[in-house]
Amino acid sequence: MSTTQGPLTRPALDVPRDRTAGPRGAAKPVRKRRPTSQQLAAWAFLAPVALYLVLFYAYPLYRNIDLSLRHYTVRSFVQGDAPFTGLANYRTVFEDPAFAPALLHTILFTTVCLVFQYVMGLALAVFFHRNFRLSATLRALFLVPWLLPLIVSASTWSWMLNSDSGIVNAALHAIGIDPVNWLTSPTWSLTAVILANIWIGVPFNLVVLYSGLQNIPAGLYEAAALDGAGPWRRFWSITFPLLRPVSAITLLLGLVYTLKVFDIIWIMTKGGPAESSTTFATWSYQLGFGNLVPAFGPGAAVGNLLVIAALVFGLIYVRVQRKQAES
Amino acid sequence: MTTALAKRTRNTRSWGRTAVGLLLTAVMLFPVYWMVNVSFTRAEDMRKSPPNLFPFEGTLSGYRTVLDQQLPYLGTSFVIGLGTVVLTVALAAPAGYALAKLRPRGGGLLGFLLLVAQMIPGIIMAMGFYAIYLQLGLLQSVPGLIVADSTLAVPFAVLIFTAFMSGIPGELLQAAKTDGAGVVRTFWSIVLPMSRNAIVTVSLFAFLWSWSDFVFASTLVNGGAHEPITLGIYHYIGNNNQEWNAIMATAVVASLPATVILVLAQRYVAAGVTAGAVKD
Repeated sequence: MSTTQGPLTRPALDVPRDRTAGPRGAAKPVRKRRPTSQQLAAWAFLAPVALYLVLFYAYPLYRNIDLSLRHYTVRSFVQGDAPFTGLANYRTVFEDPAFAPALLHTILFTTVCLVFQYVMGLALAVFFHRNFRLSATLRALFLVPWLLPLIVSASTWSWMLNSDSGIVNAALHAIGIDPVNWLTSPTWSLTAVILANIWIGVPFNLVVLYSGLQNIPAGLYEAAALDGAGPWRRFWSITFPLLRPVSAITLLLGLVYTLKVFDIIWIMTKGGPAESSTTFATWSYQLGFGNLVPAFGPGAAVGNLLVIAALVFGLIYVRVQRKQAES
Repeated sequence: MTTALAKRTRNTRSWGRTAVGLLLTAVMLFPVYWMVNVSFTRAEDMRKSPPNLFPFEGTLSGYRTVLDQQLPYLGTSFVIGLGTVVLTVALAAPAGYALAKLRPRGGGLLGFLLLVAQMIPGIIMAMGFYAIYLQLGLLQSVPGLIVADSTLAVPFAVLIFTAFMSGIPGELLQAAKTDGAGVVRTFWSIVLPMSRNAIVTVSLFAFLWSWSDFVFASTLVNGGAHEPITLGIYHYIGNNNQEWNAIMATAVVASLPATVILVLAQRYVAAGVTAGAVKD
């Protein structure tokens, strides 16, 4: 009960209280009586976004739930008279032999990406934390993979991982390793898309963790160094524990983002070969749009499972962030 | 003496770090280099093993193909990007002002909903939009795609505007009120001009995200008369096209907005990040 209500009852978005309210207003979240005219004006300013939220978030979401609860064919999709079938679509999805592999791939993809992105992002953040010549420029350059359109990254990686003419296999050949069919063998396709996605996600981790490092007082490191703590010791006793709140935020946000990853996988492998790199995101799209005969109902059902997962972790994220903002 | 020595060791170490940093950046940006390299590679060298590391005998034929075939796509993407920027700022700036300064009842809940909205996977939104647009006849239309793309940016934009505008001194708004300016007037003549940095930041990201969008484009305007550049590239790959120099040349051109923003507008992006990070 309190877990679900927690974030709702507190002012969201860290909306900073008006500074004109003075120290009393800032210290006590007790609401002052607000004049009605100002309330009207405030909601006049908010109305477009509120309407927008209803029209373009709530309604598509509602349509998606509706899709998942009816038996849709192409004809009834256009005419909108599909019969209500309750949870039949969900049963279809659960009983589909593709369900277990898709679940496993989603978990594998998300976990492996998160671990590598976080570890590499943290290592780079610590590295860049010590300012050196060109450090700001190089740090900015690290953002490039994150800013590029996903289709650009995905097609570049596709060509780099090409079995016959890709640079990756050429490099492997140079050190005596046989060519790997990155995108065309069921054994390697998931690894290939994970590789590309890690590359895209490292900059985000670097940026957020770097800003977290900036907030650790330098004096702590000096004191520890005086006490004879080496760099490794300083990292484990100061950096890592003090970075825990930022790490939690980074990982949770990363989790929500990674669960949704669709473009990269779809462009590189279409979830194949033989569904070996299919996650819930690509499976949902495959069902709804990828076949000649679209299965809108089951597609929407898979999508809704994804929404539930994303929302659960999203709410945990909001809660953690709220807690940190309070302390 | 000792300090000079210490300074010198620190300097060498600093250069050592720079060297490591350059190496790491080179590794990280290798795919980007490879994209550029392939975009200049001649078709007959494309299947060479091992591939050419530098485009010494380069060709511009890939870029010629871009000019011949991809300009309409680029134009569409540009229009869609601008449309998304306008729609996003128009929606988010007033909302940010209200949330930051007018303390609306229920504003907290709205902010929370915006945060949650960001977490809904894009394909779910796309499927919902598809169902709605099918009924409204908005499939394969540019305005439809602009609306869909704006959902990528609006929640973020409200967050940035709220954070930025709450930094505007309340005394200033109070003074305007005393001088007889209404809420709208205050917003239009004081708050908005002062939020220039936030507007630039929001516009940059809104443009970049709609420019990069693939999910909405492929579900909502696929096969239409006006397709964005992401679909242009996708059709190239999908057709089993072997002209990888043309594909990569298109990719290079499609990366230009991101590059330009990183080079020219880094300051605004940084300003946006700090505005979002500074909390009361």
